[in-house]
Amino acid sequence: MAKMKARGFQVFLPLSVLAILIFINLIKGADYFSISIIHGALYGNIPNILFGASELVILSIGMTLVTSSSGGQDISVGVAAAITSSVFVRILLSAGGITWMTILVAFLASCVVGIVIGTFNGALVAVFKVQPMVATLILYTAGRSIAFLIDGRLSPVIANGLTSQIGSVIPGIPIQTPIILTAVFIVLFAVLLKTTNLKLYSQAVGNNQKAARLNGINPVRIKFLTYMILGVCTAVAGFIAVTKAGRHDSVNLLKFVEMDAILAVAIGGNALGGGKFSISGSIIGAYTIEVLNRTLLRLEVDPEAIKAFKAVFIIILMVLASPVVRESAAKGTRWVRSRLGGAVQIQTAVGIDAAGLPKSDISAKREE
Amino acid sequence: MNAIKRKEAISNSNLLFAIAAAIFVLMYGFAILTYPHSFLQYQTFFDLFSLNAPLIIITLGLSIVMIGGGIDISVGAVTGLVTMCCAVFLESGARTVGGSVLLALGIGIGFGLLQGFLIAYLEIQPFIITLAGMFLANGLLTTIHKDPLNVTMPAFVQLRDFEIVIPWLGTTNRLGYFIPLEIKPGAVVVVVLVVLLVVLMHWSRFGRNLYAVGGNNQSALMLGINVKRTKFFSYVLCGLLSGIAGFVFIMTTGAGNVGNASGFEMKAIAGSIIGGTMLSGGVGNLIGSPVGALTLLTINELIRAAGVNSNFQAIASGMLLCIFIVLQSVVMWLRGTDSFKLALPAWLVPSRKGN
Repeated sequence: MAKMKARGFQVFLPLSVLAILIFINLIKGADYFSISIIHGALYGNIPNILFGASELVILSIGMTLVTSSSGGQDISVGVAAAITSSVFVRILLSAGGITWMTILVAFLASCVVGIVIGTFNGALVAVFKVQPMVATLILYTAGRSIAFLIDGRLSPVIANGLTSQIGSVIPGIPIQTPIILTAVFIVLFAVLLKTTNLKLYSQAVGNNQKAARLNGINPVRIKFLTYMILGVCTAVAGFIAVTKAGRHDSVNLLKFVEMDAILAVAIGGNALGGGKFSISGSIIGAYTIEVLNRTLLRLEVDPEAIKAFKAVFIIILMVLASPVVRESAAKGTRWVRSRLGGAVQIQTAVGIDAAGLPKSDISAKREE
Repeated sequence: MNAIKRKEAISNSNLLFAIAAAIFVLMYGFAILTYPHSFLQYQTFFDLFSLNAPLIIITLGLSIVMIGGGIDISVGAVTGLVTMCCAVFLESGARTVGGSVLLALGIGIGFGLLQGFLIAYLEIQPFIITLAGMFLANGLLTTIHKDPLNVTMPAFVQLRDFEIVIPWLGTTNRLGYFIPLEIKPGAVVVVVLVVLLVVLMHWSRFGRNLYAVGGNNQSALMLGINVKRTKFFSYVLCGLLSGIAGFVFIMTTGAGNVGNASGFEMKAIAGSIIGGTMLSGGVGNLIGSPVGALTLLTINELIRAAGVNSNFQAIASGMLLCIFIVLQSVVMWLRGTDSFKLALPAWLVPSRKGN
């Protein structure tokens, strides 16, 4: 029971924020949900949000796993996506004709590169016991230059029928392809988490490495594995980003996405210190960020000031979610209840406490 | 009876600092050997300080926060915001240079207070709050002024062009003219700040408390240290240093620009780490941070002198960082296993108070 409640709260916050944002959008214009079909594909605000957030969602899934197992964040995801997609573009351009086969081969090669990058970061984190942010700072510093060297020139173009179909719409299917790819990725990931012990093990390692070790889990291997999975995530995200853009801009491709990905993990209610995680929270967090960006654009906020508004929004959100505020809010409601009436109300208040909603949940969070 | 640790045993902070210093000396020696004409000049050495004073100051601030176990990635953006605000302020009519200094410090402290309060007293994750601070500073920067703004106020231009000339340390150029050494005031600010902050961190109550808090939150609390206030002040101090860095930046370049100091946060983190500060907190040395920043800058200078593709500059910085991180980790691991003891003779130990 207590677990259910705690989990409910974790997803509750981003969901309510999402609801508020959608409400603001509806006030601005009632046609927010309207979807039209242009050139045989769905267009509208909702498909646009799903389309725009696809890379961020994929990256935040991987980031959640890494955060959980290693207690730190990978700040090189955007750069890693730039490298993997540069490999993808390089192979595609050198292959001669572009067919589904060559795209598949190039994509698999970029996945392998992603895994190699993940292995590099994972080795530093797991074997050399470097803090994740420091370890990934290496690639963050050097990565875009490596991507440029793989490209060999400034922003090679891959404009052709097939890749632009992947980046936008395949004829006959009304939904944009990145949305389908993201959905497939989420489903595959859910299957992975359901069928394997990965979630349990990475939470165990993140919570207490020594205890996990005593229970027969190899922390080094689990950390390695999560970083490799993040590497695959970056490859998929880079693939989607480069097919969307139709060219590979090694300097600007997925710039600053690492910050948004970490933010998505935090908005999703996951502790950045590792341990328990909820992938669905992160996914909702990622979509919330995209909705926020588009809401600010829709409200015709000065484009220069968008970042400042975003910052204020994040600060308010994090203050609301902070343990101190939550604890005092819980105290406040209890005080009001005890003031309001007799024994019945007090009993309900005690009941809530026993269910472990506010206090024990918070103290458990702090322990982490 | 417990075995008392040998006092000569070098502390983690000082060991990492010694490695950083050794590598810096080696690197500069290598630079002198490869390009004796440029790197043997005093001017080249002091230009490292003069032109990169803002970065070094930011590195100091970030190291303080990192010693306390936190992180601040808003420093670069705040510095950029300060430069632009100062430029707009100085260009907006008959304003004074003193006022712009106050403005710079005020903005820095303001950000420090806000972030410090949210992180220390509301216990929000520092990464997210300072990320929001970075967005906020960036957004305000572009809202205030978008285009590069050159400050033309006479009093400020005088300050910008002011250079300390040291006649006895110059070099003779190829034509045989003697050029005296010129140092920007920013370099002096750096030296003063390094001395002040080293004293603060080593001999003040706040400094010792911060090491304790960064090392272990819980035991610091049990020792009776006000953990929240100590953390709070570390962020305020970092914000103040960002403000100073912003003013030094505009004092060096003389213009406000959207791209000012962008990306400095990562460079500063790299500099701090090379200088022996650990992100987990409690370990660090404020003399090491400038040395770390200088190491990074020297390798950039080396690559510029070699004239290769500028992309290699980033790759070489990354590789340097990688070597350092692995080296630090290996050294710490060897110390942990007790199979490796490094002790200096008593007269060589920099400070016995080290953590």
